[in-house]
Amino acid sequence: MAGRVDIRDLSFGYTDKAEDIIFSGIRFSLEPGEVFCLLGPNGSGKSTLLKCISRVLTPASGSVAIDGENLNTMSPAKIAGKLGYVPQSLVSAFPFTVEEIVVMGRASRISMISSPSKQDRDKAWESMEKIGIDHLARRPCNRLSGGEWQLVLIARALTQSPRVLLLDEPTSHLDLGNQVKILEKVGSLSRDGITIIMASHFPDHAFLHADQVGILKNRSMAVSGKPDQVLTEEVLFSTYGIRIRVIEVLDGIDRKICVPVLKMNESRGENP
Amino acid sequence: MVLASLCLGRVTIPFFQTLKILFSPVLSLDPDWSETTYSVVMDVRLPRILAGLLVGAALSISGASFQGVFQNPLVSPHILGVAAGAGFGAALAILFFDNIWMIHLISFLFGLASVAMTYALSRVYKMTPVLMLVLSGIVVGSLFSALTSLLKYMADPMNKMPAIVFWLLGSLNHVSFKNLLITLPIFLSCMAVLLLVRWRINLLSMGEEDARSLGINTEALKAVIILSATIATASAVCISGIIGWIGIMIPHIGRLIVGPDHKYLLPISMVIGAAYLVAVDTIARTALTTEIPIGILTAVFGAPVFAFLLRKSQRAS
Repeated sequence: MAGRVDIRDLSFGYTDKAEDIIFSGIRFSLEPGEVFCLLGPNGSGKSTLLKCISRVLTPASGSVAIDGENLNTMSPAKIAGKLGYVPQSLVSAFPFTVEEIVVMGRASRISMISSPSKQDRDKAWESMEKIGIDHLARRPCNRLSGGEWQLVLIARALTQSPRVLLLDEPTSHLDLGNQVKILEKVGSLSRDGITIIMASHFPDHAFLHADQVGILKNRSMAVSGKPDQVLTEEVLFSTYGIRIRVIEVLDGIDRKICVPVLKMNESRGENP
Repeated sequence: MVLASLCLGRVTIPFFQTLKILFSPVLSLDPDWSETTYSVVMDVRLPRILAGLLVGAALSISGASFQGVFQNPLVSPHILGVAAGAGFGAALAILFFDNIWMIHLISFLFGLASVAMTYALSRVYKMTPVLMLVLSGIVVGSLFSALTSLLKYMADPMNKMPAIVFWLLGSLNHVSFKNLLITLPIFLSCMAVLLLVRWRINLLSMGEEDARSLGINTEALKAVIILSATIATASAVCISGIIGWIGIMIPHIGRLIVGPDHKYLLPISMVIGAAYLVAVDTIARTALTTEIPIGILTAVFGAPVFAFLLRKSQRAS
């Protein structure tokens, strides 16, 4: 199982007009098992970019290739077998059980006129166990907490046996404990060899375990590269419009963290 | 249910005699019944009950399918304007032809035409988003309702107008074996298609974008489901008039029994819907000396039952 991703000059707009372009010229490559953290201000098109990569939306131009195979010429079912997509918010109109939701990930391997086989259900159980939600299998999905629901959606994407997993702000609306739980799952999936592209609100997530980070801003990828090199105080200021200090924490934690500086503290915190 | 309904009516026929009449074409039995009794069972009640089974099953399975595709448990099979279109077609046919075949045919065609209009109206950027479909359905539905009112207003108030009004209220009393035979293959093939793709309705019910990310060609799947459910509904409406509430209420009862998985929901809805409509039709035939239009009865029973189900599901969640 590999999972090399090559994205070349991807662009998208809801119409053909130049002023409606959401982003253009997006290009980056990932080795199998790498984690790419996609940052950017609200409304910069992070979700749209993920949807274009996963082919939920059709890009206006450019290409996405997984292990050298171009997705442009691939059937939706085949794409779903290579690439799993975990949406940011999903509301089910009906109270399906967790098991029924997770097994939906097998859809691309189930023919038009049949329903999940024993094998498909086994695969669903396998991913539920892997994610640690097998005890929730019979629970209706409208009685899950936000964190549990996010894990269910990740488990569902895993039943696709993907080489690449796209996650759209998997930690939004979650408390700190659940955020870290999700991020640790994401880390362990990447160690299993799954390439991960994750949109996030928090630059800290990039420092946690991203191999590469990209900042989507003003309709293009402003910068991308290693988190330590890309996420400087200047870049964070120009991205979020506030002053953010990047501080290296030692004491066995050994990573950088981002600390927003409040306006009232600016004069004191600043070195003259 | 079917047997009880065969026995009951203006003339009550003993249970065993009914059974014997029913099997008389295949078994050689001594006829101990009169011509009229035979005719009541075989020519009047049997086709009507078969029609009740088919219409009840078709409306319920279409309702359950539409609710899945539209991600909304409050949707009825008439949402895309089938009933309004078919009603207008029937009114038109009653006004100009007054022939039962023409009424069936024209109402069927207008039922389909109204959904085709809805579909065309909702198409944007080569896609048909669910919200646009619902709104277009409202537009097309109210257009045809207005046109039907116009026809009623113009119709002869002594003769044609009551015929139109009575047809719109729904009834199974125009059904004969002949028109059942013509509609039967249509009913069966539509319901068979829906049953075949029923698990995939689960996927569409999570939203189109989500289903697409799971590798589903949502436009094609949606078209197949909507087309089958629409033809089944239009066939039901053209032989029985507008019978409301079944398509919205029965899937709810089904969900209480088997849960939301469409794999089980569609078959159970068909069975419950078929039994329910035959039961209500039996009441429509027997409760008063004149027949009560079945559309009125399904609404009278449906509204409180539905209110109860709504309250119950609210408490549960």
